[in-house]
Amino acid sequence: MSIWLLVHPTLAFLAAPLLPGIINRTKAYFAGRDGQPLLQTYFDLAKLFRKGAVYSRTTTWLFRAGPILSLGAALMAVVLMPLGELPTVWSFQGDFILLVYLLAVGRFFTVMAALDTGSSFEGMGASREMQFSMLAEPVLLVGLAALARGTGCLTLSDIAANISWQAWSQYGEGLILIVVALMAVFLVENARIPIDDPNTHLELTMIHEVMVLDHGGPDLAYILYGSALKLWTLSVLLVNIMIPIHTDLLLLNVVVSLLGVLCWAVVVGVIESTMARLALIRIPQFLVGAGALSVLALILIKK
Amino acid sequence: MLTLLFAIGLLVFSGIAALFAGRSPLISTVIGVSGALVSCVVGLVPAIRVLSLGTVESFRTVWQVPGGSFYVELDALSALFLIPILGVSAICVLYGGQYLQVYKNENKLGWAWLWVNLLIASMVLVVVARNAILFLVAWEIMSLSSYFLVTFQYYRKGVREAGWTYLIATQLGTAFLLVLFILLGESGGSLDFDHFMFTHGSWSGISANVLFVLAIIGFGTKAGFVPFHVWLPEAHPAAPSHVSAIMSGVMIKTGIYGLLRTLTFLGSPPEWWGWLLIGIGMTSGVLGVLYAIAQHDLKRLLAYHSVENIGIITLGIGIGVLGISIQSPQMIALGFAGGLLHVINHAFFKSLLFLGAGSIIHATGTAEVDRLGGLLKRMPWTGVTFLIGAVAISGLPPLNGFISEFLIYVGAFTGAIQKTTPLAPLIGVIASLALIGGLAAACFAKAFGISFLGEARSQHAANPHEVGWIMRSSMLLLAAGCLLIVIFSPRLIGMMSSPIAVITGLPTTSLLMELQPASDWLWTILQVVSIFLGLLGILATIRYLLLRRKQVELNVTWDCGYVQPSSGRMQYTASSFAQPITDLSRLFLGTSKTFIPPQGYFPEASSFHTDTPDWYRRHIYGYLFSGLCWLSSKLRWFQHGRVHLYILYIAVTLLLLLIWNLG
Repeated sequence: MSIWLLVHPTLAFLAAPLLPGIINRTKAYFAGRDGQPLLQTYFDLAKLFRKGAVYSRTTTWLFRAGPILSLGAALMAVVLMPLGELPTVWSFQGDFILLVYLLAVGRFFTVMAALDTGSSFEGMGASREMQFSMLAEPVLLVGLAALARGTGCLTLSDIAANISWQAWSQYGEGLILIVVALMAVFLVENARIPIDDPNTHLELTMIHEVMVLDHGGPDLAYILYGSALKLWTLSVLLVNIMIPIHTDLLLLNVVVSLLGVLCWAVVVGVIESTMARLALIRIPQFLVGAGALSVLALILIKK
Repeated sequence: MLTLLFAIGLLVFSGIAALFAGRSPLISTVIGVSGALVSCVVGLVPAIRVLSLGTVESFRTVWQVPGGSFYVELDALSALFLIPILGVSAICVLYGGQYLQVYKNENKLGWAWLWVNLLIASMVLVVVARNAILFLVAWEIMSLSSYFLVTFQYYRKGVREAGWTYLIATQLGTAFLLVLFILLGESGGSLDFDHFMFTHGSWSGISANVLFVLAIIGFGTKAGFVPFHVWLPEAHPAAPSHVSAIMSGVMIKTGIYGLLRTLTFLGSPPEWWGWLLIGIGMTSGVLGVLYAIAQHDLKRLLAYHSVENIGIITLGIGIGVLGISIQSPQMIALGFAGGLLHVINHAFFKSLLFLGAGSIIHATGTAEVDRLGGLLKRMPWTGVTFLIGAVAISGLPPLNGFISEFLIYVGAFTGAIQKTTPLAPLIGVIASLALIGGLAAACFAKAFGISFLGEARSQHAANPHEVGWIMRSSMLLLAAGCLLIVIFSPRLIGMMSSPIAVITGLPTTSLLMELQPASDWLWTILQVVSIFLGLLGILATIRYLLLRRKQVELNVTWDCGYVQPSSGRMQYTASSFAQPITDLSRLFLGTSKTFIPPQGYFPEASSFHTDTPDWYRRHIYGYLFSGLCWLSSKLRWFQHGRVHLYILYIAVTLLLLLIWNLG
C-alpha cells in the first residue's frame, strides 16, 4: 500500500514537463511545422538551472520568493491530487478546498513578484491574472461541489473512486457539464488559448507570460516547472472524471489513466490549434458561462 | 466573575485618571495604556477559564433603575467574544500609546485615553450584561465613546461629517434594539435575559419573526450588514488608526454577538432565517469586497473589507441556523464553528492591517495607495506584518483566515451532498465564498503590491522611516496571533463546542463529537502546511546552491529601452490594477470617471480620476434623509417663538388629555 502512495507524485514530478512538449508538438503538426523536440521543456529546465540571474534594483526579497512559493504550492497540489484509484498521502473531507487554495497561494505570490518589479507590463499582467482567476475560482469550486453531490463524497480520492461508468449512465448529463466547466477553468488556470497565449509576450495578449518577464535562471526554471505541474494536476482532475477506469488490476488502471493524461495534452493542443484567442473583454463572459454550467450541473445531479 | 468586574472597574478608573493627568501627555498616556493592559490581562483569565471549562459564572445585584438590575453573567459565548475584546484591544492600545504622540500638541490626549478605556470597558459589559437596561446602557456608552474617538481630529471638516454619519447610524440601530427589548420584556415579564428564554411554543409565530428582523436591523447596523454598512467606510478612516483597529476588529463583532444572543431567546428558527442570513452574508461579502477594490484610500479599503468579513461570518452563522431548522448536526457544528472562529480571526488580521495602515500614515503622511510604492525596502517590519495580514484576510493557507473559511466551506459542502437540504442557499455560499476569496486576494494584491512594492509614486513615499519599537511589536504580536491560531486550530475547534451549545441549546458533548472529525481534518491541514513550509525551505536552499557560484547581477527592470523607465510614475497604479474588476462590476459600483485627455501636438496636462462613492449612501440614505428634512421643514411653522401661543399649546394638550382620560 505505502509504495502506491508515492507512485503518482513521482510520476507527476518526472513526467509533468512532458505535457507542454506534447501540446507544442500537436500545435506544430497542425501548423505544418516540425516543431520543437518533445522533451524541449526538460532541455529548457536544464539550461536555466545552469544559468546565473539578473535582478532589478527595484525588487525586494519578495521577487525572489515568488517562484519558490509558486513551485512549492504546485508540488503540494500534485501530492493532494489522486490519479484514479491510487491513494494519496493525505486525504480528508474538503481536501480539494485546500488544493484550490494552495494554487491560489502560488498565484498570489506570482502576482506579488510581478508587482515587485514596478514594471507597468507586469502590473498589467498581474491585474488581468487576478481578474480572471477570481472568476475561475467559483466555477472550479461549484464544479467540485457538483462532483461531491454526485458521488456523495467529500474527498478527492473518494470522488475519483466513485466516478464510474455507472455514474456516467446515471447522471452523465451533469458530468458532461462539469467536464466542460472544468475545461474552461483548466484553460484559464494554465494560460492556454483561447484565454491567453503562452507563446507571446505581446502586450495585447499577455497575462501569465508577462508576469514572469523579469525572472531568469533558476527562478524562471522554478516557474516553468511549477506551471507544468499545475498543468498536470488539473489534467489529472479532468482525466479522473472522463476516464473512470476501475478494473481489478491497479497497474492497468494507472497505465490507462496515464495514457489518458497524455491524450488530454493532445486534445489541448488541438483546441489551441483550432481556436482563436478570445478578446480580453470576452473572457469574463466565457467564465461566467462556465460558471452557469457548473451551477446547472449541481442542480441537475439529484444523487 | 468578580475578576472581570474588577477589570471593568480598573479600565474606567484608569481612563478617568488619564484624563486628570491630561496636563502631561506622557503621564496621561502611561496611565491610560498601563491601566488598559493590566485590566485586559486580568480580564482574560476568567474568559479563558470559562471558555475551556464551559462553566457559567454570574453576579447579580439590585440597581435603582426601573426594570433594571445589575445582572452580569459570563458563559462560553460571552467568553469567546471577550478574547478579541480584551486581547486584541490591549495590543491596539499599546500601539496607540506611541501612535498618538504625534498629536500631543493639537489634542488633549487625556480625553482620548478616557474614551478608549471606556470603549473597552463598555464592550466587556455589553457581552456580559444579562439585563436589557444594563445592556442598552453599555451599548450606548460603547457607541458614544467610539463616536468621540472617531471625532478625535474634530478640527477637520471631513472627520466631523464622518462622526455625524456614525452617530446617526448607531442611534438608529439602537432605536430598533429598544423596540426589540421592549417586545421581549413584554412577553417575558421582566427585562432580565433569563426571563426571555422561551420555548418556541410560547411565542406566536409572527412575533418571533418580527423580533428576528428587528435584531437583524439593530445589530446589523453595528456589525455592518449591507445596506446598513454606510457608516463604516466613513468612520474607520476618520478615527486614529489604533481606534479603527479596535472598532473594525473588535467593536463591530458586538453586533454579531447581539444577534447570536437574540437567537438564544427566539427558540428554534424557521428555515427562512437561515436563507435570510445566507442572503445577507452573500450580499455583504461580495459587495463589501467589490467596494473595497474600488477604493484608493487604504483605510477606506480596509473598512469595506470589514463589511466583507462580517458577510463571511454571517454565511457561517446562516449555515448553522439552516442546520438547526433542517436538523443537520454537521451543518450546525461546522457553520457556527467556522463563523465564530472567523470572528476571532478577523479581529486579529483586520486590527493588524489597520495598525499597518496607521504605520504607513505615520511614516508617509498619506493613506492614498496611489501615492505610495516601494515601502517594503524602507519599512521591512511593517511590510512583512502587513503581508501576513494580507495573506490571512485573503483566506490563503497557511494562515488563519483559511481555517475558518475552510470550516464554512465544508459546512456548505456537507449540506450540498445531503438529499434533504435546500440546495440554492448552499450553492450561494460556495460560489460567493469562492468569489469573495478571489476578489479579496485581488484586492490585497493591489493594497500590498502597490503600496509596498515597486518604486515610490510620490515624494510622500520616497523617504519613509520605519515606525518605533512599540508600534512594531504590537503589529508583530498580532501577526504572531494569526500564526498561533493556525497551530492551535485543532484544539481551538473543540473549544467552540460550548459557545455553540449556548447558541443552539444542544448538549456540548454531541457538538464535541460533531467537531471531532473537523479537528482531525485541521490536523491533516496542519501537516500539509508544515510540509509545504518545509518544502519552501528546501526549494530556497536549492536556489541558493544553484546561484552560489554563478554571476548574479543587479540592473534595472526591463524597460523597453526608455530613457527614464523606473521613475515611479510609469508604474501600474492601484486604480489601473483594479480597473478590469471595477469595470466588470460597474453595475454594482457606479464608479464615476473623470478624464481630461491629452490635447494638441505637445500635450502638457492630462489626468484621469476614478471615484466610487457608496451607492447606498447616496441613493437610499441620501434621499431618505433629504425627504425627512423636507418633511420637518414643513413643520417649522409650528415653532415660531411666540410664547403666548406656546402656552396655548400646553393648555390645549392638557385639555385633550383630560378629555381622553374622562372618556
